[in-house]
Amino acid sequence: MTAARPKLEVEKLNAWFGTTRALKDISLGVQARSVLAIIGPSGCGKSTFVRCLNRMHELTPGARSEGTVLLDGEDLFSGGMDPVRLRRRVGMVFQRPNVFPTMSIRENVLAGLKLNGVRGDYETIVQKTLQQTALWDEVKDRLGESGMRLSGGQQQRLCIARALAVEPEVLLMDEPASALDPIATAKVEELIDELKEHYTIVIVTHNMQQAIRVSEYTAFFYMGELIEYGTTKKIFTHPERRQTEDYVTGKFG
Amino acid sequence: MKEQADPMAAEMPRAVARRTPSPYRWRRATNAIMTGLCALMVAIAVVPLISILYLVISRGIGSLSLTFFTHLPAPVGETGGGIGNALVGTLYIVGLACFIGLPFGIGAGVFLAERGDGKLGHAVRFTAEVLSGVPSVIIGVVAYGLVVMPMHRFSAIAGAVALGILMVPTLARSTEEMVRLVPRSLREASLALGVPAWKTSLFVVLRTSLGGLVNAALLSVARAAGETAPLLFTALNNQYWNFRPDQPTASLTVQIYNYAISPYEDWHQKAWGAALCLLLLVGLLSLTARALAGRRQTGPA
Repeated sequence: MTAARPKLEVEKLNAWFGTTRALKDISLGVQARSVLAIIGPSGCGKSTFVRCLNRMHELTPGARSEGTVLLDGEDLFSGGMDPVRLRRRVGMVFQRPNVFPTMSIRENVLAGLKLNGVRGDYETIVQKTLQQTALWDEVKDRLGESGMRLSGGQQQRLCIARALAVEPEVLLMDEPASALDPIATAKVEELIDELKEHYTIVIVTHNMQQAIRVSEYTAFFYMGELIEYGTTKKIFTHPERRQTEDYVTGKFG
Repeated sequence: MKEQADPMAAEMPRAVARRTPSPYRWRRATNAIMTGLCALMVAIAVVPLISILYLVISRGIGSLSLTFFTHLPAPVGETGGGIGNALVGTLYIVGLACFIGLPFGIGAGVFLAERGDGKLGHAVRFTAEVLSGVPSVIIGVVAYGLVVMPMHRFSAIAGAVALGILMVPTLARSTEEMVRLVPRSLREASLALGVPAWKTSLFVVLRTSLGGLVNAALLSVARAAGETAPLLFTALNNQYWNFRPDQPTASLTVQIYNYAISPYEDWHQKAWGAALCLLLLVGLLSLTARALAGRRQTGPA
């Protein structure tokens, strides 16, 4: 573990839905080119936390957040930060595959670039991102078909390809495999392993085996608080807090 | 729970055995009566539709010919002639009305769906509801005041303004429904790619609901094409071809009205023919809308 400055530094992050406080003084750092897993029972604020990192949280009516999140030292919540530009740097993959139904596979991959008016060698980008997501061989002969014709696992990998096409620095994944079968899950996990060479990844998961398999660091959330944060190995073998131990050993949650 | 139910169950069989036939028979009878009543109501509801179709087709079919669709009306006393100018006039006025009705109707609908939860949204929704309840004759009067009086002339554009206003409220509400059907997850997917909100609305949300929007637009066009009252004192009528927006223009509906109230048998015959023609036009639009809607439901998601 080098002592380089973390890619993401979160300081006293608080989030509300109306009057309900969903996150309480969260502080942690995410190292560049590593995978941070966020674990915890349902409703503990995991999703809210990652949605704060690309400022998607504030799009929910009545939702707001406070605190500091630094991306390479730049404050996400400062007036100079354009949330639209931020989201091109911090991509997101959702729980359920949300392929654009009216677009073909090719158009789905390029959606972020085309809608933002980014020019480039589209064919190369399509091939590169689909190869990155191990989808190329399965779809190369039918790029013009609707993305909805793909299986659930393929759709999710298409969504990941779509997020990668805009070349983000950080990739947020909100339970990306929870709607997938074990084979598709394995493929997504393999993919995460390859992606971390280039990207900083924050993944929310309900599946503790998955956290062990894919992440270097793990943060355990409970009731909107960060209970414990450390290397995945330590969290799952020598947790400092009782609650963490109970959760990772399956005593509650 | 179980203990409470048990003594009941023990007593039930005898009582039930004795009384089973009567409630069961009663229930079957009620069912039969209600089903019969429903069928009767459906029949009563369908009778006017069938009789209208039958009457218009049987009386109008004789008038239909190539001349009828392509020629100008003949002067009183002469036989022959057609409603070509009225048919084209209806298409012309409705086409112009689309330029007013579609952008405002769809625009308002998108606003209601995307940003319509505030006070302004409620005000717009309320206005649309009130406006859709305003009799079309009143909208004609408004168009008369807005366009005909300043121009000192009846005109196609006045008729188009009236029909356009008429299209806006229903189109706005149906657009809102269609846009709201687009899952939130798609909107979020686009926003998370760093696409600005307005582009997301336009190129992701609207594109996804396009099928429904075309459907809603066609139905509102069909409805506008069938209106007479708003055209009576806006587009008025014209015995000749007209393609200038600032001139009085013939329309099928007003032509039917004029022919029908005339004392001449030949014109009555023409009115039936024009009515059948209008019915075909509106029917065609509705069927197209249906076909599109059907394809949207059965197509690949």
